[in-house]
Amino acid sequence: MQRHEMVCIGAGPAGLSAAIEAAKNGVQVAVYDENDRPGGQLFKQIHKFFGSREHRAMERGFDIGKSLLEEAQSLDVQVILDSVVMGIYENATMNIMVKDHVEEVKAEKVVVATGASENMIPFPGWTLPGVIGAGAAQTMANIHGVRPGKRLLMVGSGNVGVVVSYQMLQAGCEVAVVIDAAPEVGGYGVHASKVARTGVPFYMSHTVKKAHGKDRVEGATIVQVDETWKPVAGTGKSFDVDTICLAVGLNPMSQVLRMANCEMVYVPSLGGNIPAHDLNQETSVPGIYVAGDVSGIEEASSAMIEGNIAGLAIAHSMGYVENDPFHEQRDGFLESMKGLRAGPFGEKRAEGKRMLLEAMKG
Amino acid sequence: MYEGLKKRGYISDEELKSAPGIPSAERRRKGPVAVIECIQCIPCNPCEASCKVNAIIVGDDITNLPHLDEDKCVGCASCIPICPGQAIFVVDDGFEEMRSRVMIPYEFLPLPQEGDVVTALDRSGKEVGDAEVLNVRKKENMDKTAVVTLAVSEQLSMGVRFFKPKK
Amino acid sequence: MRIAEHPILGPFEKGEKVQFTFDGGTIEGFEGEPIAMALRAQEVLIHRITSKREEPRGVFCAIGRCTDCVMIVDGVPNVRTCVTPLRQGMDVRTQKGKGQVTARE
Repeated sequence: MQRHEMVCIGAGPAGLSAAIEAAKNGVQVAVYDENDRPGGQLFKQIHKFFGSREHRAMERGFDIGKSLLEEAQSLDVQVILDSVVMGIYENATMNIMVKDHVEEVKAEKVVVATGASENMIPFPGWTLPGVIGAGAAQTMANIHGVRPGKRLLMVGSGNVGVVVSYQMLQAGCEVAVVIDAAPEVGGYGVHASKVARTGVPFYMSHTVKKAHGKDRVEGATIVQVDETWKPVAGTGKSFDVDTICLAVGLNPMSQVLRMANCEMVYVPSLGGNIPAHDLNQETSVPGIYVAGDVSGIEEASSAMIEGNIAGLAIAHSMGYVENDPFHEQRDGFLESMKGLRAGPFGEKRAEGKRMLLEAMKG
Repeated sequence: MYEGLKKRGYISDEELKSAPGIPSAERRRKGPVAVIECIQCIPCNPCEASCKVNAIIVGDDITNLPHLDEDKCVGCASCIPICPGQAIFVVDDGFEEMRSRVMIPYEFLPLPQEGDVVTALDRSGKEVGDAEVLNVRKKENMDKTAVVTLAVSEQLSMGVRFFKPKK
Repeated sequence: MRIAEHPILGPFEKGEKVQFTFDGGTIEGFEGEPIAMALRAQEVLIHRITSKREEPRGVFCAIGRCTDCVMIVDGVPNVRTCVTPLRQGMDVRTQKGKGQVTARE
């Protein structure tokens, strides 16, 4: 049985930030990640971040990832890869599949920072090779240097859809069209504009009718939908594409939280079933904290701040940080977070987060 | 019938008119000046910090749209590679009698060469004419965003926002 | 289908060039990259055929979660090729159906 003061499940921006903040204050931390490399989605993000200097604006995702890793390592945080946490049991005991054997690990505090997985929408032909998640397109191009295809259709105009479309253009692919069943572009206008100015058309209120091809995608037909999401007759349009990317939303990977009986709240604006948590990022199960997309689909910048809050709160709860400095620092983080959850895009998420806080009071 | 940014993915001329980062035609004729095509309130302010003459104001609430003081702006183009949304350009309608300069952010390969004649595109990606590449700047401190200076027909200076090489 | 030089990421660091067999024929890839990437770089998209309807399947998530990319690697079926590193001399085959696992004596 291995013992740690704090365990982070997930070495993405949230998990690493929590580890760093706790370790800075003297907590002994181990971070487990199921992948063979740390950083979560950060290393695939090759665009410059928004926000202000304190939110690490202007830095590209992969540069932030590198610096988080270096900082964690300099603070003696253990990062253990190829490790799948199979469950959190009573008293924060975990069974972790480390490479090819199972280890029993006990921690006083756990931060679940497992991120989210991609949604999918089924349509005739969606199982054909060539239909991939938008994250897969990023992984192929930005991590492995392989173009997913020559010419693609992007389904979804949220930030993932428009950012990945731009990244595909940078990778040398053609983007035939960006579609969304919703009537308006979901992501930031500036992300969409970077793509539109290269000549890529945006078709809102459209969905995929069918993917064509014998053994792989050879083309796609899209169709307009009305306000009740029903296809409008006679509006089919065909495109010659060899790849269809699905960017249709993210869903928190909350399995271990539900296993541990954390209270979950259905918040559509945050991606689905979300663990209730307080301002310290602590769930309804004492000792289990959450940070990042698993606690609501947002961005890397908010994931890092949530991680910082969780790490700080844990350090405080274990006596490593006194009350006054704890409140001062935490309030600083909360102020910074407010800035990110402002404006028409952030407001909905702020409201969603308030619902989670309310659930904790019940 | 709304046909703007959220429908088409690019800013319409209508939407551009009310953006606080757009300089007047008069100022554009005087020499190079920044054109900040930012119309959505998202938390973001690197442009403000990047301006050495304090011509860009966002303010304490970082969701504010950037406001351009066209008289302070000297058109140095430092802000172009800084904007994470690649929404800032520099336009110089005082360049030549018949031609204006448009400076754009560019993050693709291959980079064009000075002297190349390329096809100029507007915000929607539509081909609107030819452009001559006057300058390509890609320095270490620009973090891999190059700035390309194009010479275009004067009447296209507020339309051209991208280009593609001729085959 | 490989990106020679990326405008933001530059050239990609790859391992040694290696040869492996795919359905009996020899193809090249780079040591350590996921098998699925070496295949995709050669425009191989079909990884397996389903049992009932005999339909082609390939990479979907590319991060080891969906299992659509599994193939028979060195005789072992159901190997997630998107997260399994390529090694010199590997034998990779299109998996038909559920795959047979030989019981150990």
